[in-house]
Amino acid sequence: MRYACLIYYHPKTLFGGSPQANAVLAECAGYDEVLRASGHFVTAEALVLPEEAMTVQVRDGKMSSVDGPFMETKEILGGIIVIEARDLNEAVRVASGHPLATIGFIEVRPVVDFSQPPPAL
Amino acid sequence: MSTAGPRDALEAAYRTEARRVLATLIRLLGGFDAAEEALHEAFTAAAEQWPRQGVPANPYSWLVSAGRFRTIDRWRREARLTGALPELMALAEPTPEPAMPEDIQDDELRLIFVCCHPALTPDARIALTLREVGGLTTEEIARAYLTPAPTIAQRIVRAKAKIRDEAIPYEVPDRDDLPARLESALQVIYLIFNEGYAATEGPNLTRADLCAEAIRLGRLMVELLDQPEAQGLLALMLLHEARRATRVDASGDLVLLEDQDRALWDRALIAEADGLIGRAIASRRIGPYILQAAIASVHAEAAGTAETDWVQIVALSDVLGRVDPSPVVALNRAAAIGMRDGPQAGLAAIEAVMGQGGLDGYHLAHAARADMQRRLGLTEAARTSYRRAIELTRQPAERRFIEGRLGQL
Repeated sequence: MRYACLIYYHPKTLFGGSPQANAVLAECAGYDEVLRASGHFVTAEALVLPEEAMTVQVRDGKMSSVDGPFMETKEILGGIIVIEARDLNEAVRVASGHPLATIGFIEVRPVVDFSQPPPAL
Repeated sequence: MSTAGPRDALEAAYRTEARRVLATLIRLLGGFDAAEEALHEAFTAAAEQWPRQGVPANPYSWLVSAGRFRTIDRWRREARLTGALPELMALAEPTPEPAMPEDIQDDELRLIFVCCHPALTPDARIALTLREVGGLTTEEIARAYLTPAPTIAQRIVRAKAKIRDEAIPYEVPDRDDLPARLESALQVIYLIFNEGYAATEGPNLTRADLCAEAIRLGRLMVELLDQPEAQGLLALMLLHEARRATRVDASGDLVLLEDQDRALWDRALIAEADGLIGRAIASRRIGPYILQAAIASVHAEAAGTAETDWVQIVALSDVLGRVDPSPVVALNRAAAIGMRDGPQAGLAAIEAVMGQGGLDGYHLAHAARADMQRRLGLTEAARTSYRRAIELTRQPAERRFIEGRLGQL
């Protein structure tokens, strides 16, 4: 199965220049290769900070957009890694090995299997 | 080197060897997480090397060596980067390779008993054993338990942390402790069997590999120690297994017990089960598995539904309900009352059981109620019950069967 690992961190912590943060950033640079070597890697992208982002929506056929979301004091979504894993526990174990898990947090989300019926809510 | 295609060989090796390789790697590497990553790396290595170099004569030994070698190699690299951790490096020292079949079997027993250790909560024991010994995914366990997958995943994470933090030994308990630790292990084995017998997903109604795995573990337990409940569980699984071929038709649709071709039931398995039941009952220590096996045996002996000794089945169900009360046991007893005393009594009994709660999400409870309503000519009520059962059924063949019943109304 595939799982999206959504990486959240606090920008001021990660880019604040502390030795720990700098070590994490250095380690992140090669981590795709670690995942590729272990056979878990599907795809990965790091995201520019949300102040460079736009949010768009269409209602009644009209598009409206705003800039942001703005960085407040909370952690931001900073990267997405899609991995192949046997199950949720393996995905969590793989995600826990990512350097950013030591400074931010990682949400592990199963990718939808469209052969299954949609959730009944 | 085998002549089978490497890809088929790899899939076969995953089915038959993965759990045994894991059990050995946990002993060699000293922990679940390291062993699981090593298992993954071993199969990654196999996918790379088997197509080029051929399939090894002994995939188990090859996979254990590959997983261990890759992990130790990775530890050495990490140790150079981060400063050596002596306790990890100690594990990297050569240890005797497991070559003898007894070693492999011992590793599997070690794994069963560490997963079923009393320091873990009962829920955690079951989840961990289903995943590590039975090879189910977190998601399959979640569906079997009608529980969200993150809940199961968390149980497994915490159980592993507890095993690590409390340094629970990776060993088969001595004979004094074995009986006390057997009950949880048997429960887990039966759940693996049930997951295979009535798979919660997938195109096929039965997943023979899971059933075979549960029976294998059941036999291991019977061989390990002379315990009547272990015999009872093995007998129960064998009696289900004996009927497997008749449980679905050629198009993969479900066939009810009353419509199954009893001439095709596997008489050798039934005879083996009866022998086990006889041994277990002779011990005079009667537990839930022996009772369930005895009920299944009454069905196996009968030439048809009409010839079935429903009086005896209700009587055995009464005892079972006292020894091991549960909503599903009560439901099965109510359905047997319907066979003994007719649909009116059956419907009343089923509704009484459902009224006590705990079965609202269980599709077979709604299907059983629908069958009694159908037999009583309560067509509208039966329709509503069948529809509810269909909503709750995930297994396609089971859903088709209930839809067929609904269509016949």
